[in-house]
Amino acid sequence: MKSIYSIFFFAIMMALLLFTDAIAADDIPQFFVPPPPFSEGIFPCSECHKDLEVNTNRRELSFHEDIQLKHHAEEQRWCLDCHNPTDRDKLRLASGKLIPFTESYYLCGQCHGTHFRDWKAGVHGKRTGMWNGKKEYRLCVHCHNPHQPRFKPLEPLPPPLRPEDTKYKKLTEENIPLNPINSISEKVYSISEKKLEDKNAKRNKK
Amino acid sequence: MPKEIKNNSLQKSFNRRTFLKGAALGLASLAIPIGSSDASVWEAFFQKHFKEMNDDELQAVIKRMEKEYAQEYGVNFNIKNTKPLPGTLFGYGLDISRCIGCRRCVYACVKENNQSMQPPIHWITVLRFKKGEPWISNLEESEVYYAPPAVPEEGYFYMPVQCQQCENPPCVKVCPTQATWKERDGIVVIDYNWCIGCRYCMAACPYGARHFNWGKPNRAKEEFNTDAHYLGNRPRYKGVVEKCTFCIQRTRENPGRYPACVEICPVGARKFGNLLDPGSEIRYCIENKRVFRLKEDLNTSPKFYYFFAD
Repeated sequence: MKSIYSIFFFAIMMALLLFTDAIAADDIPQFFVPPPPFSEGIFPCSECHKDLEVNTNRRELSFHEDIQLKHHAEEQRWCLDCHNPTDRDKLRLASGKLIPFTESYYLCGQCHGTHFRDWKAGVHGKRTGMWNGKKEYRLCVHCHNPHQPRFKPLEPLPPPLRPEDTKYKKLTEENIPLNPINSISEKVYSISEKKLEDKNAKRNKK
Repeated sequence: MPKEIKNNSLQKSFNRRTFLKGAALGLASLAIPIGSSDASVWEAFFQKHFKEMNDDELQAVIKRMEKEYAQEYGVNFNIKNTKPLPGTLFGYGLDISRCIGCRRCVYACVKENNQSMQPPIHWITVLRFKKGEPWISNLEESEVYYAPPAVPEEGYFYMPVQCQQCENPPCVKVCPTQATWKERDGIVVIDYNWCIGCRYCMAACPYGARHFNWGKPNRAKEEFNTDAHYLGNRPRYKGVVEKCTFCIQRTRENPGRYPACVEICPVGARKFGNLLDPGSEIRYCIENKRVFRLKEDLNTSPKFYYFFAD
């Protein structure tokens, strides 16, 4: 009789475990728009790093000169605290678990738990898509450069016209001002990113 | 003298009463636009109230409008008449601790909703306040015309204001022609064909959310958004009032897109969803964040919630 009880208990525990596991997976939003915003031609990292020796020393990076670590407590951290030394195409959590770049939110969420929680609920960060259907999420790194996460200042669009400057007359097609929003491409999140894009475009032209 | 009047060419008696009757009828007929009368002007003149039209009548009206707009602007609009979704009450959240005042939302709204570009009409106004000084008690002192090279500026914060979609809207109460009303999904709408331009609603609105077409709306042909809704972003006329409708042409679909201002916001400060759905983003904000509504003491019950994420 006792053994039947223990089997029953075991079955319930297993079911509970599976159930909670399923919840944990559901927790993570399913839809992402863009892939991780790598600099042009930088991924896969292993392409170069497979022949390089692992060097854990803090130093001037000769190749990744665009990477400046400005992510509070820089003194206590270095590349391999987040990047995985053996398989360079993966990130590494504090637990030692390896994750792909497309799931980098787990890495950020290790420290920024409250933001991770809000992001999962759809409140921290930008959402596009359908309010009652498929929602498009972004990774943390689409808005925050992981090495310098502070949101970069933007140029504001023009202010409204003062009443005294307003003209009321029918204009010809050429005289109608165009909407300044059209000069902003959908992909641009910040000025620095636009600069990076321009840089990449120039590099590609060469 | 009376004899002479009686002996007119028609040989009929013609007293003061008949003269006045005839004159009144004649003047009344002048008020009806006979001179420019093609059929559509007559139809527009006798158009019924939006809520009194049945589906066939509304379809006929929409067809006429599409024709008129095609003549006026040379653009083929697709005007929808989507009804409210059952079980929805739209709510909006705006995170003041995130907003950087970049005005992307202002112009994304203009792009989506066919406002006049000259004279310009913006449905969203971004207010700038100095940190540490009175703000919601002193809205008139806020800066609207700020134009620094980059935002956010040190020592300032920003609060965009648009239609708050009140549950108890003062603008609706004052409308003498019932041209504006609150729909079942909570959106306050305007029938631009019934608006007479008296601007009582603008005086009644405590948020400055309603805007008037003083001139004929001007907009470049290629910049029109042809995906339009009768109660939303179809082109307005000179002399009518307009306002934010939570992008009724986008949101009233199943599945429906987020409003244009939500989609453009580069910092993700804008949240939108169904207040009746406990799993929605807006409900999460209300339940977990510090929330306030603008001028709550006026008992307008806005469905626009400002919150602080941190």
